[in-house]
Amino acid sequence: MKLIPDLFLTFAKVGVTTFGGGYAMLPVLQREVVESKGWATEEELADIYAIGQCTPGVIAVNVSTYIGYKKAHVPGAVAATFGVVFPSLVIIILITALIRNFSEIEWVRHALAGIRACVCALVFSSVIKLARKAIPDLAAFLVFAAVLILSLFTDVSNVVWVVAAGAAGVMIRTLSSLRKKKGGDGT
Amino acid sequence: MIYLQLFWEFFKTGLFSVGGGLATLPFLYEMQARTGWFTVADLSNMIAVSESTPGPMGINMATFTGFTVAGIPGGIVAVAGEICPAFLIIIAIYRLLDRFKTNRYVQYALYGLRAASAALILVAGLRVAEAALLNVPAWTASGAFTDLFRPLAIALAVTVFLLYRRLGKHPLWYILASGLIGVLLKL
Repeated sequence: MKLIPDLFLTFAKVGVTTFGGGYAMLPVLQREVVESKGWATEEELADIYAIGQCTPGVIAVNVSTYIGYKKAHVPGAVAATFGVVFPSLVIIILITALIRNFSEIEWVRHALAGIRACVCALVFSSVIKLARKAIPDLAAFLVFAAVLILSLFTDVSNVVWVVAAGAAGVMIRTLSSLRKKKGGDGT
Repeated sequence: MIYLQLFWEFFKTGLFSVGGGLATLPFLYEMQARTGWFTVADLSNMIAVSESTPGPMGINMATFTGFTVAGIPGGIVAVAGEICPAFLIIIAIYRLLDRFKTNRYVQYALYGLRAASAALILVAGLRVAEAALLNVPAWTASGAFTDLFRPLAIALAVTVFLLYRRLGKHPLWYILASGLIGVLLKL
């Protein structure tokens, strides 16, 4: 398939299977964008999510613009971003126009309860996949654990933790490369 | 002109809400109070519908509001305004990153950011799990520890997790099946 329509359709698929915030699209992104199309690596997905936490706007848009631009510049970014919002536009307009109190319909509530249980299972599984690439060593695991605990138990904005983790990354790697150099001189 | 106003209001929302869809909520409350385009009841209905339909929440909320204010063109214009800032900023960041990706310190920072990213996605997943798998209100009301758990939802989540890890298959199938199971079991 031509790249531009393919970007639109793939991200429309991602949009239509996202229930909840941007993190809920990670399982489908891994499947479609990393595994089946090879448009990005797990590491890049982790990078974009971190960038998305600190930049304005919806994370889904950040991810689709980034990957669309990477593959086919501005036309690609437009196609991917339009793709990810397209299902929302159609579905929300139809539901708002036609169905009153959609979210109070009993079978909708039951279906959603099932979908939410499913989404958290899929997200956990995706985090494990992502962690294999995003947490290569003990120092990275310590950064991961610190951000996990701080974000769970404090009300400070995630932006702070992302920036701190970036700074920690620079310090850890600079120190370890210095130490390597020193070790090299000694022998 | 209402379309220009809608675009501008959602452009501001997209520009100032950092960290995903839910971050747009305070801006929508403020917009409600200032413009009176929709009611507070519309807003809570909007949150319910956005949560119970596919698509990223921030986009769903923009579509809902724009459509309520000015019909189908209103929905489109609101979404366009909402995604515009993120679209431009992400392209700028992509070009910066692409130019400096071989820089040692950029690599070091990304090493920390990726670990943070995995942690923050896990936190988001845990928050969904708290709502989907546990019943905190029932527990605090009765004091009985057994009331804390939703056994059917937990069983479903564990099954999805194991099957997804073992079989792979597209996440879409698990989402559809779980919705169906939710309706059948009245989760």
